[in-house]
Amino acid sequence: MQLLRSFLFRLASTAITLIGVAVIVFFVIRIVPGDPISMMLPPGATDEDIARLTALYGLDKSIPQQFLIWAGGVLHGDFGMSITARRPVLELVLGRLPATLELSIMALVIAVILGGAAALIGTRERGTKIEAGIDVGNGMALSVPDFLWALVLILLFGVAWPVFHISGRITPSLDLPFATNFYLFESVLRLRFDLWADIVSHMFMPALALAIPLAAIIGQLLKQSLKETMHLDYVTLARTKGYGENRVIIREALPNAILPTLTLVGVQFTFLIGGTVIIERLFSYEGLGNMAIDAVINRDLPLIQGIVILFAVIFTAVNLVVDLTYALLNPRLRHA
Amino acid sequence: MLDGRSQVRRKVGLRLWLSGGWLLLLVLAALFAPLLSPHNPLEQDLFLGRMPPFWEQGAEPGFYLGTDSLGRDVLARILYGARIALIVALVAGGLTGLIGSTLGLLAGYLRGWVDVVISRLIDIWMAFPPILFSILLIAVLGPGLLSIIIAIVVIDWTRFARVIRAEAMAQGAMDYSASARVAGRRRLSTMVIEILPNVLPTIVVLLTLEMGIAVIVEAILSFVNLSISTDDPTWGGMISEGRASIHQAWWVMVFPLVTLFLTVLSFSQLGEGLKDRFDPVLR
Repeated sequence: MQLLRSFLFRLASTAITLIGVAVIVFFVIRIVPGDPISMMLPPGATDEDIARLTALYGLDKSIPQQFLIWAGGVLHGDFGMSITARRPVLELVLGRLPATLELSIMALVIAVILGGAAALIGTRERGTKIEAGIDVGNGMALSVPDFLWALVLILLFGVAWPVFHISGRITPSLDLPFATNFYLFESVLRLRFDLWADIVSHMFMPALALAIPLAAIIGQLLKQSLKETMHLDYVTLARTKGYGENRVIIREALPNAILPTLTLVGVQFTFLIGGTVIIERLFSYEGLGNMAIDAVINRDLPLIQGIVILFAVIFTAVNLVVDLTYALLNPRLRHA
Repeated sequence: MLDGRSQVRRKVGLRLWLSGGWLLLLVLAALFAPLLSPHNPLEQDLFLGRMPPFWEQGAEPGFYLGTDSLGRDVLARILYGARIALIVALVAGGLTGLIGSTLGLLAGYLRGWVDVVISRLIDIWMAFPPILFSILLIAVLGPGLLSIIIAIVVIDWTRFARVIRAEAMAQGAMDYSASARVAGRRRLSTMVIEILPNVLPTIVVLLTLEMGIAVIVEAILSFVNLSISTDDPTWGGMISEGRASIHQAWWVMVFPLVTLFLTVLSFSQLGEGLKDRFDPVLR
């Protein structure tokens, strides 16, 4: 009951946040200098043409009026028309969303693997030079953001030793049999492992750049909790039963040490998704972020709005899911 | 992306000196750029385009780190770029700290409706993708140094506000602040005279970290070509130009990238070092 009440409270508060985001982005982009209409028309267009198109996109009305019309449309699932692409914003945005989701999830998986391995090895080898080395590596990884790691990776594995693709999502000359834009998932379902390998080889560099800072955070926090757990009585008991060090760490200590890391990873995952904007740009990856930057450059107001709102929905949804998982996993909160 | 640091604790020592040393070097480079740099950073000479650094075959004497595709001296541009980077770090970092800490203090110490409003604003800000938001703001404000500084302040104040709010709340619950109130001090003066000095170490640490972030944001915006005019030497702009000709002239991208990397690393290590030093548990 308590859980349901707090969940409903969170849901309402999320709704208020999203409305706030919508209002702010709507008003901010409408003070952008530069007229999107005159940019889309050929140089010879008459004033009449401009006025007609301005009216078509509703840009002749006052800003509060425009907002109400737009908000009314959104409630019916209509996010307006993109000015440059002349297609519904929702269609464009949902078309790009799979690419960004796949990239973010791949980055998350890499971060969990790297960070988890660093924490487990560091705990096993605690007090040795290996642990000190892991600490130094973590510190470096944490100090430098994804943008710089991406540039370093481009130099190392795209230029100096070109083993991965550093541009695009898939080799353009390939025949694509896909029905959805979830290329990575679909290539597995269709058992097209040739395509899968090509996609992974394009995604690996951007995903790794996004993953490095998060991996360091996971590594440090999880190692710290693991080492604290290793001193508890029940772990000592497990050891006196004759269990090996690996089993003690993974089967006994890990389940109890993982909770703080889990909450942090949730929040950090939203930062990672925010990072896709610039990383996609760097790697010419056709996702939401890359489209967003183009939309800003082209002054495509309806499209910018749609993308920012979608990002905000993703961020708040991730936070909501994390809170719920935490509540379900933490016995103290479950019985509260 | 840098918010997990509060969870981390390491030893104080060498890195404080190393990072401080690099930053000092950078400040000197920025101050004495006209004396140190062998060439004018804006001077173009198409006959001297893409000259390699001094140890490579075919290097042009006097251009130690080579030239870019327009024949501009890479070393001179890095030195002058340090000026822009440091101005952004100091001014944007300082203003962000001032505004964010003030709002955080007010929310954490006064509580009530002030806290409700500020916390709600923080929630809304956290739902924006920060890089996209900054690109959007630069589109609104137009390119230029001032726009970058405003964009950084508008986006990053929450970093200070969130942490300082929590700290001020903890300090406000302690006996000393209650006794200050009993002794007749008013709320705002208690906040400034009693609470502020106790959260100041945290502010200094956050400020150092924020300076590194400001340098990165400036580089990202120059990279997306929304920063200062392309003539002005910025590290991000140089990296962006170098990325385009990376297969012909690696040095145009590599040298500014290494400089940027070391600078960001130093700010962050300095912040971490200061945090450990201020932490009474470790001391």
